[in-house]
Amino acid sequence: MSVRLVYFAWVRERIGLSGEEYPLTQSLPAGELAAKLRALSAGHAEALTDLSRLRLALNQQQVGWDALVSPGDELALFPPVTGG
Amino acid sequence: MSLFEVRVQAGPFEIGAEQARLSALTPEVGAVVSFTGQVRDAPLLLEHYPGMAEREMEALLADARARWPLIGAIIVHRHGPLAVGEPIVLVLTASSHRRAAFEACEFLMDWLKTRAPFWKKDALGWVDARDSDEQAAARWD
Repeated sequence: MSVRLVYFAWVRERIGLSGEEYPLTQSLPAGELAAKLRALSAGHAEALTDLSRLRLALNQQQVGWDALVSPGDELALFPPVTGG
Repeated sequence: MSLFEVRVQAGPFEIGAEQARLSALTPEVGAVVSFTGQVRDAPLLLEHYPGMAEREMEALLADARARWPLIGAIIVHRHGPLAVGEPIVLVLTASSHRRAAFEACEFLMDWLKTRAPFWKKDALGWVDARDSDEQAAARWD
């Protein structure tokens, strides 16, 4: 069981991946998951140090850090949007 | 007949052709408002979240329809590398009267900037989100 992680903009660049699978056997809050991801690499640690600079979407819906991530979900991490 | 549509595409859009689709919808269309955003100052690269971008834009249209009596609306947002002067985004709204069309167009643009998952990068790096855009969107709450 795993969660699909997807990264955009400078989060993608610092981590060096546009996405990856991360093992997950039970639900946990997105903030706790992000803290675990910091251990994956120096790039992950750098990109995910200050969560206040990031936004997230769970299964393509914008949510907060307390949102529960479950196996099979897609979690996207990205900076505040700048389109338009 | 009504027409509500969102698109994300790499290529350019034809403003006149899109506007004509709304103008021709029904005899009740009395106002069509169009907004075009274009690249200023320096070239940009636009990244987006495929799937979620379209979903957020659809949600914005639904929100606008709940607030104003719209007959149609089209949002087209481009992605990829864009040169100075190239159009980035098109928002078109059609209603029987101008006020609804004007207001809905401005609402859609304000919310698009703060909700739709697009990111701009220029020669200096990733563009930071601006508080003024958040404030512009918040006035519609």
